[in-house]
Amino acid sequence: MVKPSRSEVLTVPRERTMQASRLNAHESRMAYLFVSPAMLLFFIFALLPAVAALVLSFTNYDILNPPQWTGLVNYARILQDQVFQQTLGNILYYVVLYIPFMITLSLLVALALNRKMPGMKFFRTIYYLPVISSPVAASTVWMWLFNQNYGVINQILGLFGINGPNWLFDVNSAMVAIVIVTIWQGLGGNMIIYLAGLQGIPEYLYEAATLDGANKWQMFRYIIWPSLRTTTFFVTTTSFIGAFQLFDQAYVMTQGGPGNSTLTPVYNIYNNGFEQLQMGYASAQAFTLFVIIIIVSMINLRVNREQNLV
Amino acid sequence: MKARWTSARIARETLFYLLLTAFGLVMFLPFEWALSTSFQPDKDIFTIPLHWFPAHFTFAHYVKAFTTAPFGRYFLNSFILAISGVATNLFFGSLAGYAFARMVFRGRQAMFRILLTSMMVPGVVTLIPTFIIIRSFPLMGGNNLFGQGGFGLLNTYWAVILPGAAGAFAVFMMRQFFMTLPTDLGEAAKIDGCGEFRIFWNIYLPLCKPALATLGVFTFQAGWNSFLWPLIVFTNGQLATVQMGLQAFSYNHNTDFGPLMAASIVVMLPLVLIFIYAQKYMTQGIAFSGTK
Repeated sequence: MVKPSRSEVLTVPRERTMQASRLNAHESRMAYLFVSPAMLLFFIFALLPAVAALVLSFTNYDILNPPQWTGLVNYARILQDQVFQQTLGNILYYVVLYIPFMITLSLLVALALNRKMPGMKFFRTIYYLPVISSPVAASTVWMWLFNQNYGVINQILGLFGINGPNWLFDVNSAMVAIVIVTIWQGLGGNMIIYLAGLQGIPEYLYEAATLDGANKWQMFRYIIWPSLRTTTFFVTTTSFIGAFQLFDQAYVMTQGGPGNSTLTPVYNIYNNGFEQLQMGYASAQAFTLFVIIIIVSMINLRVNREQNLV
Repeated sequence: MKARWTSARIARETLFYLLLTAFGLVMFLPFEWALSTSFQPDKDIFTIPLHWFPAHFTFAHYVKAFTTAPFGRYFLNSFILAISGVATNLFFGSLAGYAFARMVFRGRQAMFRILLTSMMVPGVVTLIPTFIIIRSFPLMGGNNLFGQGGFGLLNTYWAVILPGAAGAFAVFMMRQFFMTLPTDLGEAAKIDGCGEFRIFWNIYLPLCKPALATLGVFTFQAGWNSFLWPLIVFTNGQLATVQMGLQAFSYNHNTDFGPLMAASIVVMLPLVLIFIYAQKYMTQGIAFSGTK
């Protein structure tokens, strides 16, 4: 079985460092030039605000008056804050439901629509449409689709003799409804990233595998899946980051209810920061969430065996 | 490898299309509702059983949507912002992504890690610090060298363009794609005396068309659909974006569904067209000529 060797697919030219040091000095000067515009903008508009927010997390800040230093008071409050702890539980539940479905479905759809068959362009467009819709408008529509009596979903379930739940107003189904809407809206984006990744697999790998008599599953297992490793790492990382920051759909469809069952950490941060004007405490909550996202991303890195690449 | 059309294959392909269609209908369902709502009079919108197709056809919602707000101006603003976002992200993102994937330099790992980590900071808390940075941008909008005295970049297109000009997302995505390309192409060019920028520009970048098309669609759409940030930095109505225009149809939990759906559909159209256009490049296979 042909298995693409690491050097073919993902080598970073680090092994060359020892040789040709003059050439490398030039290369590294050029590299700094290449990264400097992005890094400069990144420094001013991402790193600086993040550091400022970190500093604010140790203060009492109501936006209107200058911040007052309070040390670890905000973080101590988090340990007591049952609502925030509940939101962390909610988001873990959401992530556990969302991520596996999202990754499997988007890869399956990408593999299906990567076939050279008539009509694929049309289906790609249909599957991508939800990504284009604005989250607020789309959530408004879904609220009607999920309506217990008038909603399309329960009417369709009714055709099969199923008595649909009161989706958005039932503690057991509200989060499931949000998972459905966010998968509906996010699937197309990951699908086209996978499609782009699939285009990057050199034709000769498929040809060699065919010559060796590989079947469809072996082709996927030994050619496609390993070649998509960097893509999968990208898709899982950005999906985790997005999922942990769920806000729009919960804000529009359920306002965090019923009984805080769909209240998410970012929603809680938004409430504390912009409704209650407790910007210092909101920042401390945000950094707690940030640490959780980092830990999950590190685990994801391990699972993807990418530590030598990042 | 063209297989023959045996009856088993015909059955398999029919099932394939049936599944795609069934799933496609689910994906399209909300748009069907939005479309039929936008074309039916208010009294028909919420009825049981619901109308899959308008019983009484009307354009009134479209007329109302585009006469109550200056959507022409909103479209222009959103176009300027979205196009700038695409141009800067594609260029700076692929330049930096290429360097992170394919060039050797001190601090590469550390810089990339910081970049990646920054994506994990929840966006809500950086809103205020970023606003302060925009307002106190030195020497702009009546500010002195220390960013005092004026409004900085507030109420200029730059307030939206600059913070989004080279997102970590763009750099990360381009890096991951450059890493999947074979290294020997660049090495061969280097032996032939090709400069770093030309290796990037003439050899690797053209191979990234699927990734560039994908990133282009994403960034255009992010610019087009952005709502909260423009709302914060544009207090001047002349700069309002299409999404800010849509907001006008819901006030105090009271949504004017007909015009909202009509306007939402029209606002979506440019994105649909761009996606259809970009698709040509998204699935363009890469020919690795010259390599084994």
